[in-house]
Amino acid sequence: MSALALDAAPRPLRLRVSDALYRRRALLILLLLVPPMLWVGAVYVGSLTALLANSFFRLDDFTGQVVREVGFGNFAALLQGANVDVVLRTVTMALVVTGACIVLALPIAWYMARHASGTRKALLYLAIMLPLWSSYLVRLYAWKLLLAKEGAISWVLAKLHLSWLLEALLAAPVVGGHSLSFSPLGTFVVFVYLWLPFMILPIQAAFERVPASLVEASGDLGAHPAATFWRVVFPLAVPGIAAGSIFTFSLTLGDYIVPGVIGDSSMFIGQVVSLQQGTAGNVPLAAAMSLVPIAVIALFLWGAKRLGAFDAL
Amino acid sequence: MIPTVALENVCCEYGAVKAVDGVDLALAAGEFFTLLGPSGSGKTTCLRMIGGFALPTSGRVLIEGRDLTDAPPYARPVNTVFQDYALFPHMNVRDNVAYGLMVRGVAKAERHRRAEQMLELVRLPGAGERRPGQLSGGQRQRVALARALINEPRVLLLDEPLGALDLKLREQMQAELKALQRRLGITFLFVTHDQHEALSMSDRVGVMNRGRLEQVGAPREVYDAPATRFVAEFVGAANLLEGELARRLAEGASCALLRPERIRLGPERGARAAGTVTDSQYFGSFVRLRVQIESATIAVDLHASAGPPPPNGARVGLHWSAAAIHRIENGTEDRR
Amino acid sequence: MRSSAAPASPWLRVSAWTVVAFLHVPLALIVLYAFSAEDQSYVFPPPELTLRWFAVAWNDRPDVWRAIWLSLEVAAYSTGIALVLGTLAAGALARTQFFGREAISLLLILPIALPGIITGISLRSAYSTLGIPFSFWTIVLGHATFCVVVVFNNAVARLRRASPSLIEASMDLGADGFQTLRHVILPQLASALLAGGLLAFALSFDEVIVTTFTAGQQTTLPIWMLAELVRPRQRPVTNVVAVIIIALTFVPILAAYYLTRADEHGAR
Repeated sequence: MSALALDAAPRPLRLRVSDALYRRRALLILLLLVPPMLWVGAVYVGSLTALLANSFFRLDDFTGQVVREVGFGNFAALLQGANVDVVLRTVTMALVVTGACIVLALPIAWYMARHASGTRKALLYLAIMLPLWSSYLVRLYAWKLLLAKEGAISWVLAKLHLSWLLEALLAAPVVGGHSLSFSPLGTFVVFVYLWLPFMILPIQAAFERVPASLVEASGDLGAHPAATFWRVVFPLAVPGIAAGSIFTFSLTLGDYIVPGVIGDSSMFIGQVVSLQQGTAGNVPLAAAMSLVPIAVIALFLWGAKRLGAFDAL
Repeated sequence: MIPTVALENVCCEYGAVKAVDGVDLALAAGEFFTLLGPSGSGKTTCLRMIGGFALPTSGRVLIEGRDLTDAPPYARPVNTVFQDYALFPHMNVRDNVAYGLMVRGVAKAERHRRAEQMLELVRLPGAGERRPGQLSGGQRQRVALARALINEPRVLLLDEPLGALDLKLREQMQAELKALQRRLGITFLFVTHDQHEALSMSDRVGVMNRGRLEQVGAPREVYDAPATRFVAEFVGAANLLEGELARRLAEGASCALLRPERIRLGPERGARAAGTVTDSQYFGSFVRLRVQIESATIAVDLHASAGPPPPNGARVGLHWSAAAIHRIENGTEDRR
Repeated sequence: MRSSAAPASPWLRVSAWTVVAFLHVPLALIVLYAFSAEDQSYVFPPPELTLRWFAVAWNDRPDVWRAIWLSLEVAAYSTGIALVLGTLAAGALARTQFFGREAISLLLILPIALPGIITGISLRSAYSTLGIPFSFWTIVLGHATFCVVVVFNNAVARLRRASPSLIEASMDLGADGFQTLRHVILPQLASALLAGGLLAFALSFDEVIVTTFTAGQQTTLPIWMLAELVRPRQRPVTNVVAVIIIALTFVPILAAYYLTRADEHGAR
């Protein structure tokens, strides 16, 4: 019969378990959390801690084994010339890429939030989402094709009689290189391309949250649309910009594939970590090096939190 | 006579807040009982403790004499109509209504038949195939009702079910609910903050304030003879006389209630009190005058048939029968 | 915000659509190149168009098909595990308040928030320390870890949107916890889980960094692609494979998008 016959037969096991879990909500939550926490905790956090612990150990030069003694040798090594260069180079690239993404994202985010509606907005949204989720490597590969010496960009510039501009850029110090597809300039363009959707979406979401009535009030009080944008809308969108910057910044900081494929021989943090861990077998140094992006990202996150980025996420 | 539902000295605390503070309540079989009170008064918490959605921190909940304080909702012969109706959006109306039978293993043909019966009872015949999203608020409410009643519960709990409906529909549903309850003969526990609803539908009303039950009684009793200040003011428009005025007009009471509609205007000579008209508001079927008497302002409701009201500044005499004034014993207790 | 009736300034419109073009032209170009007859360089415009390379990829390159198959398998298992773990975590965290809740959310996001290389080398050194040889399962372990959060986010969003009284109503009507799970909670979650699962699948299918460190000798499709990027073997075949990848990730993303939208507008 039904559960209403409480006093009659002893309750079946399923009901007893259900009763117990209903009364003890905490137990239920605990049971739900055990599998995911076990997995993420043991697998991920465990190995992460092991890696970071390694940053304090060192590699014995003779035996090639990791010596498990706490020391700060790796951190000292990080402060040496070549490594400092690498860090500065990577951080600068991350900053420049973030800046470029912001500049490119603002118009389209504003357009999507304010001037597109219905089907057009859905289409635009899809247009941003698809590159975001489609293959990173394929998008990288597409740029390799574009940037190649005989590729599309060179061809277009030649048709526009702007080849001299390309030569000049490539001859420039620091950003120039052998060809577009093997230069920091090329690396920069590809990074911007890859991470742009990550910047557009949070900014667009932030713009959407600005009430239309604020914009109308500003116009009503006599402000020109540009003034309305810079003085009313933009400050309210800063959390969205900060949120997007977190993505572009941390993604650039940790990436080693793009500089490897498109860049010249100058190294980025990710490449150093990869090399040290791989060929050199120097896991302790690699671990210490990987603390740098973690620290930089943590700093960046702190700054972004001050700007309200987490309210936007 | 074992009460259908009994709350024995029930308390429900959330941290430092006492949502329900020592409530004793007994509902008789077949009774339409309303818990009335402002938001935060604990009335919904009481309902949830009877339904099994909240556990009391102390006290007992008895249903037909059995202690079901800790029992989960599915183990109680009680069903609920929720404030937001809580219809399952992924099922059609018929499956919604038949849900209680389905989880108990009733065969499909049988439960579909009974679901159709219930839909006719709530005057929604043939709506079985539709989805909750396609229904209007009033229709969804009927489905929620049918769904709750199909299990033939001993007690039906209704948590402010008419709040989302507009006035005309609300009045119609009030009448329908009352008729339904009479017909089915089961105990209804109705929770609302609307005193008109409470007075018009109930056999008995319990007025709650800040976790305490301030008065329980028939509607007429609660309206004419409120036990506390709070009840007097919440259940209708009230003139609360205090201090010197109360002592003089209400034979030495510290606080007294005089309902505006019980006062008649008349000559100053022979009146119980006299004063000056300061304001009047037109409400269609009556006019509410404000009359200044010494330091207090008294509201007087004049029926429309009494003719045009006196203008502002006019002196008037106020008359009422001895029975119209009601002393409030613990009126000076400050419950605010 | 509501969109304004006033049309956008031409400058704004041009910038917006230019950015859209910027995002999509490179992908369109790959599709074009897949039909190019030229096989030694990336010359533009392609001298001649042909379907030949599709046939070559289909018939002559078993390594491509092995890689695709491995990626599909890894993605399937990772998604499955992520679905279970993500749903459990969402059930615990969506509507509850308890000490440490924020910390747990952060923990779940960490695998995807930290750069892939860190996740990659952590797992790799953990495997070598524990003496676990590289295999199919070492890859799946890594993928499942960052796929969990994708499913988790979708499930939590759905649970938060659902009315809390639905569970109470189900129990009120006589269903115990397990019946409520089966008849009310899971059906509500179904579309969110499907969307989350599709996204997790796409994420796993495309992942290269963590995979490189946890794969040993195995070659998933992204690993194959990466090798081609650095040392191209047969460029046109790479182009063809790129087009296949675009198509394969296009479909689940579109589907997930429509599912999430339908969910928000539809059944309430």
